Amino acid sequence: MRYLPHSKKNREAMLATIGVNSIDDLFAEIPESVRVTEGFGLPDHATELEVDRYFRSQSAKNLAASEAAFFVGGGAYRHHVPETVNHLIQRSEFLTAYTPYQPEISQGTLQALFEFQTQVAQLYDMEVANASMYDGSTGTGEAVLMAHRATKRRKAIVSGGVHPQYVEVIENLSDFGSHQVVKLPANPTGVEDIISQLDKETSCVVVQTPNFFGELSDFTKLAEAVHAVKALLIVVVTEVVSLGAVKAPGAMGADIVVGEGQSIGVGLNFGGPYVGLFATTKKLLRQMPGRVCGETVDADGKRGFVLTMSTREQHIRREKATSNICTNAGLCTLAFTIHMSLLGEVGLRKMAMASHNAAVVLAERLAKIDGVEVLNTSFFNEFTVRLTGKNANDIVNQLADDKILAGVPVSRLLPDAGHDELLLIAVTETNSDEDFDRLETALKGAVS
Amino acid sequence: MSADKMNNVGRPSTPNAVASNEAHPTFTGNKALQINEPLLYEVGTPEQTGVDIADPRKATSRLGDLARSEPIGLHGLSEPETMRHYVRLSQKNFAIDSGMYPLGSCTMKHNPRINEKVARLPGFADTHPLQPQHTVQGAFEVIETLADWLMKLTGTEAVAMSPKAGAHGELCGMMAIEAAHRAAGNAGKRTKVLIPESAHGTNPATAVFVGYQVQTIKTREDGTVDPQAIKEAMSDEVAAIMLTNPNTCGLFERDIMEIADIVHAGGAYFYCDGANFNAIMGRAKPGDLGVDAMHINLHKTFSTPHGGGGPGAGPVVLSKALAAFAPVPFAKRDGGNIEMVEHKEGTKSFGRMTAFHGQMGMNTRALSYILSHGQDGIRQAAEDCVLNANYIKASLKDVMSPAFEEQKEGFQRPAMHEALFHDGFLEGTGVSTLDFAKAMIDEGFHPMTMYFPLVVHGAMLIEPTESESKASLDQFIATMRDLTLSAKAGETERFLGAPFYAPMKRMDETLAARKPILKWVPAPQ
Repeated sequence: MRYLPHSKKNREAMLATIGVNSIDDLFAEIPESVRVTEGFGLPDHATELEVDRYFRSQSAKNLAASEAAFFVGGGAYRHHVPETVNHLIQRSEFLTAYTPYQPEISQGTLQALFEFQTQVAQLYDMEVANASMYDGSTGTGEAVLMAHRATKRRKAIVSGGVHPQYVEVIENLSDFGSHQVVKLPANPTGVEDIISQLDKETSCVVVQTPNFFGELSDFTKLAEAVHAVKALLIVVVTEVVSLGAVKAPGAMGADIVVGEGQSIGVGLNFGGPYVGLFATTKKLLRQMPGRVCGETVDADGKRGFVLTMSTREQHIRREKATSNICTNAGLCTLAFTIHMSLLGEVGLRKMAMASHNAAVVLAERLAKIDGVEVLNTSFFNEFTVRLTGKNANDIVNQLADDKILAGVPVSRLLPDAGHDELLLIAVTETNSDEDFDRLETALKGAVS
Repeated sequence: MSADKMNNVGRPSTPNAVASNEAHPTFTGNKALQINEPLLYEVGTPEQTGVDIADPRKATSRLGDLARSEPIGLHGLSEPETMRHYVRLSQKNFAIDSGMYPLGSCTMKHNPRINEKVARLPGFADTHPLQPQHTVQGAFEVIETLADWLMKLTGTEAVAMSPKAGAHGELCGMMAIEAAHRAAGNAGKRTKVLIPESAHGTNPATAVFVGYQVQTIKTREDGTVDPQAIKEAMSDEVAAIMLTNPNTCGLFERDIMEIADIVHAGGAYFYCDGANFNAIMGRAKPGDLGVDAMHINLHKTFSTPHGGGGPGAGPVVLSKALAAFAPVPFAKRDGGNIEMVEHKEGTKSFGRMTAFHGQMGMNTRALSYILSHGQDGIRQAAEDCVLNANYIKASLKDVMSPAFEEQKEGFQRPAMHEALFHDGFLEGTGVSTLDFAKAMIDEGFHPMTMYFPLVVHGAMLIEPTESESKASLDQFIATMRDLTLSAKAGETERFLGAPFYAPMKRMDETLAARKPILKWVPAPQ
């Protein structure tokens, strides 16, 4: 087996040093009745060539975005990631290191984390950010729990514009933690009355912009109302590229901003691994979950970075920790930071406008089709259309056979809400005019 | 200089005869390959970019009045500057590829690059979790094949594939347990979870997340859990036990089956922390030991890279009793077609842990690692990691202090995949476990896990993994012996100021925590 260095002779010499006769002696503590002596009916080791062939054949069964006219979003977006990112994150020193527990020999990872935290805080316009969560959805669940700890209340009000699977994560955590969730109905227009729901029991309000249906909102007034009852405003952002074009949640008065970062550096990866971005105010810092990297000096007074504030974390605080989270999204944060460094403010703004303008152009073209109605008043790079009298899910399945991935049928995530006609269409700088032509023609055919 | 030391263009070809061991400060402060690298915000500018993007199409804004008008503050670099910035940063990291990384409990083994290659195939890396299911059957097939291996290796009935890390897997397993109690009509009745004091911190933190109270169980003198202590702690208020096996002391819990029986007889479930599954894979199935739920850290056992602290993945295998409560999404095979069930309605599933399907990129890497090993290689890997740990322990027990073991002659109880020492051998030397670890850095090793498990004073938990050759282990052992003898000989300066040769001297962690600086801010104008 190519990964195992020992020769038979070395194994025997080592057993002799230990003072046992056979390897079985080292497993003698396993009760005899359950020792595995036979195989599992599974294959033996394979060559690298065989492994490569297996995965190629499985990969070929999937329709990759690069082979299709691709408009799928709904919380994960396809942007171009420069090759430099892919190269750098595969440097041995980044890829095969672990959590920087020994800062003197981990400054690469730590400095990159410090840069990451700065970028996230800037994008969200917040005071502090952590070193990442698993993804946007789990980060949102943690944000709600954090608000409960900070306010010592247990009721969350969740907007109908929050990604339905994020809501399910909140509901699940709340169910086991015996916390209350008031969920407003999903509504493509983005118009809802949260303020009348606020009361003295309310710990937090969770809203999203652009929301699940693509609609943009300003939460400044909502923030004031939320703060008036001493609750916290949690703003979710599932498309981080939007922050290159749209007002930041921090500027609206958010207390916690949480979201998905996969658009930058990470890619689609069929749903994971992704990178959860998490930021808050200095005041709430000690309630924040997750790892944090901070600046310090070494014995010579030279600036450097360490993991810090670990007295919030499970390995020190155990059952009193702010979260059970142990890892962060390490290598995905690095990919995010490198891609964002390449973009800079200029590149991010241009990429955001390229995505936005492309979406506007497509929305205007589709709106001219009889039987297609664009529902949004405002949007960034994703909008909702109604395919009058048609089942969006059926149409998406049908178009996929022509290598057009037309978007996310809303009913896939909200099956019982009477949204069968609704389709979410996401557009980025990667879409070509030919993609637009193909989608337009296909939709015309499908709704006629 | 004499002519025979020159080549024919006058280039000197032998070193000058000067005292070359006299270090002098450099103009730049750099030391050859150790090059100082400022922050991105100090080398980049707000105007620079390293990406060429086609000009946006002409369009009328649909952003309403929400356009971002204020500067964001991001800095950028050109592509060559980006490359140099992050390559220089990378050179300040220790990594498995550069040296032995015996970090106990973390299983720092070789990361094969074929895994990286297959994970990047377009059918996995460039597919969307919400595209139609019939267009991603190959991805589902990979998830299902990995699931099949995990169930067979653990002797279990089901596996939840969506948890995103080990601690997330713990949460999943404990939620399945609570869901089972609720389904049995015991909602709110079983409120306690038993956890040995040697457990990972994630265990008690997870139990609290699920609404439980933690009852800590003392570890007995040999480092394992006493079934008698479990018997005494059992009541109809106990929902589960969370036990790590092999445990955090690197020992197999030899009474595990008796413990499982006690827990089950009391109407509770057995959650096993599978962080140390590497030691027993192919030699024992947790399901046979009575385990109801166990997460598997794909980044440890199956070598998806640690990536500087993630991403991980924590699939959870479940016994028959818990299988029905697994979270959505889960796969259902119907002939040649695999359907991913995405909604809990109409099932007994407790709900959703995360958006989408979990860590696909980790699944491909783990399956690549598993297929490369095969069932024979997996068993051999477990044997080799246990052999290596015992070899280290046997080779150091006369000078260091093995935990839970009197220093008697000859072989005693086997360790599993880790060799655990306490700091008794440093007593009176003025050298702490931390100092000792920092001196290891100077010798070119990543230190072992320190001060964990908490039940061992000044703990040093060494996990060599199966990836180390005998030559590598021998060098490690010789180094540890030298350091030990040096400490005992009173050469404290080698330890107290260490590391001397790392890119940084010892870092002030107290300062970092007392005055948190968590991001770069522009200098005041």
